[in-house]
Order: sequence, then C-alpha cells, then structure tokens
Amino acid sequence: MLWELFWMFFKIGLFTFGGGYAMIPLIQREIIDKRGWIDHAEFMDILAIAESTPGPIAINCATYIGYKQKGFLGSLMATLGVVLPSFAIIILLSFFLLAYKENPLIANAFQGIRVGVSLLIVNAGIKLFNKLKKNWLAYVLIIIGFCLMLFHVIPTMYVILIGGVVGLLYSLLKKKDVTQDAD
Amino acid sequence: MPIKEILILFLTFFKIGLFTFGGGYAMIPMIEEEVVNHGWLDSVDTLVEFIAISESTPGPFAVNIATFIGFQQYGVFGALAATLGVVLPSFIIISVVARFYRKFSGNNHVQGFLQGVKPIIVGILAAVGLGLVIRGILHTDIKNLDLASLDVIAIVIFLIVLVVSRLRPKLNPVYLILISAILGITLYSLF
Repeated sequence: MLWELFWMFFKIGLFTFGGGYAMIPLIQREIIDKRGWIDHAEFMDILAIAESTPGPIAINCATYIGYKQKGFLGSLMATLGVVLPSFAIIILLSFFLLAYKENPLIANAFQGIRVGVSLLIVNAGIKLFNKLKKNWLAYVLIIIGFCLMLFHVIPTMYVILIGGVVGLLYSLLKKKDVTQDAD
Repeated sequence: MPIKEILILFLTFFKIGLFTFGGGYAMIPMIEEEVVNHGWLDSVDTLVEFIAISESTPGPFAVNIATFIGFQQYGVFGALAATLGVVLPSFIIISVVARFYRKFSGNNHVQGFLQGVKPIIVGILAAVGLGLVIRGILHTDIKNLDLASLDVIAIVIFLIVLVVSRLRPKLNPVYLILISAILGITLYSLF
C-alpha cells in the first residue's frame, strides 16, 4: 500500500504539466475511479482545502490522500512520490540550461517566451478573479493589493497578511452585527 | 559544506512555501524579493525564463524553482534543502487539517482570513502580470518608463498569444509557451 501510494503519486508528478490543476483528471481516474481510495465529494473537499491552505495543490492533495490512507507514513510516501519527478528533471535540466543560453536562437526564443509568460500570469489572475466572491471589500482589497505591489511598497508577505487580517476583522465585525440584530 | 548558507536557503523557501496561496504564480513577487536580494538569481528576466521552463516540465512551479535555485547554489544538497523547505509548510498544515477537516472548514476565523487573502492575491497577480507585460514590451521596469525602447515585435507576439489564449481558454499553457518561443525565434531572427 505504501509503495502503491508512492508509485501512484510519482506517476501523477511525472505527468503534471502546466500547473497543479492539470493533475485533477489524473487523480480522478487513478485514485477515485480505479482504486476508490476517496470518493468525488471528498475530492472536492480536498480541492477546497488545497486552495485555502498555502502550498502547491499537487503537494496538498498528495499529503491529504496519503494521510487518509496510511497516516503519517502514507502522507510522507505520497508527497515524496509527487515531488521526486520534478526534482530529478530540474536537476538534469540545470546542466543544459546554462550551457545553451548563449545560443542566439535560444536567446530569441526566450525573448518571445518572456512575453508569453507575462500573459500566463495575467490569465491566472483573471481565473482567480472569476472564482472570487465579489463584494465591496473584495474590490477594495484587489485595488490595495495591486497598488502596493505595482511599486513594491512593502514585501509581498505583508501584503498577503494585510488581506488576511482585514478579511478576519471584517468577518468578526459582520458577525457582531448579526448577533446585535438578533438581540 | 556551507551549512549556514544551506540553512538560509531552507528557511527562505520555507517562508515562500508558507505564503503561497492561490497557486504558484502568486509567489513570484516573493521569490523575486528573496532570491534576487540574496543574489541567487541575477535578474528578474532569469526568473521569468525559469517560469517558462517550469511550465514545460512536469511538477509544481514551487518545487521546480526551489530545486533549480538550490541546485544552482549548492548542488544536490542545496536542491534538497530548498525543496524540503518549500514543501514542508504544506505538508505540516495538511497533516493537521486532514485530522480536523470539519472543524477547519467550518471555522469562521479561517474563512474570514481567506476571504481577505484571495482578493489580495488577485491584486498581486494583476500587478505582477502588468509589470511583466511592460518589461516584455518596453524592456524597462515600471519605475523608469521609456517609450523609446518600445519593442514592436514583442507587442505582436503578445497580441497573437492573447488571441490564441482567448480563442482556446482550455489550452495547456505549455502550448502558449511553445507558440511564443516559435514566434520569438522567427520574428527576432528575421527583423
């Protein structure tokens, strides 16, 4: 079982191109349909957890499913499995990468790639925006985050914390309102 | 072995892993601050190029960049330290959450905190995206805008990739990178 967890997530790690969401169909096929380790509702819960905790979705899913199956050792094996392919591939690539960067054709390719990547990041922002619960606070926080980051006023870590603290205060105040209304 | 430097590498990526909400891209500015400031990467351009490499290889971006920078700095031990650092926060947090899931998901404080973090991340991504678009087509950063350095080819590439990604929203990002690479090779070599 431990070995199977490792091997399963090794395969998932190996074939997850283009971000964590690419592995969702793989997990559905291998883990839900074929093995029945978790059901669909639980998988939706896992995705919700993965999105609301820090860290890459792939790691979060592996740790959670591994833990549910075989406790701590299970989560360790699953996480190790999902990380190992990228770890090995990146180390191999590092050797070639620096050697070929001077080549003019490769340099031109990267010039184009830099433009393409900037669009990927804008797209990631749009996707996240579409999933957002939209109220006035959300719009205010988007603008605050945008302005603080555009000119690098303070480190990103603090910008994220500002959002969290404001969200927390807002939910506390709203709750107070509700209980007072009830009185 | 430079134990102290490797420890700093581990702690830096632990911090990055701890603040990665909303997918890997949200951590780009943080990586930029930490990694360029420590002198582990020469410039933001290298980081952007690495994003493309990471998208074209399997595995989460966070793990890829940690492995890459760790390996560049201190070989296999550096790669291990950085990767362990970036993975450990999620590992610990999920192990705890897996036990107390019902309590965690129903907790109003956690939900409140996240309701604030998510829009902030959207704002961060918008600013980072805009910054990189400007960098791509003007080759300067937003603080020293200079229209004289306008790169028309970059604008053409940007528009083509934009149209493709709007027409085929489900297209794997790997293909968008491939298209920009091919456009980069042909257009910059021709003109």
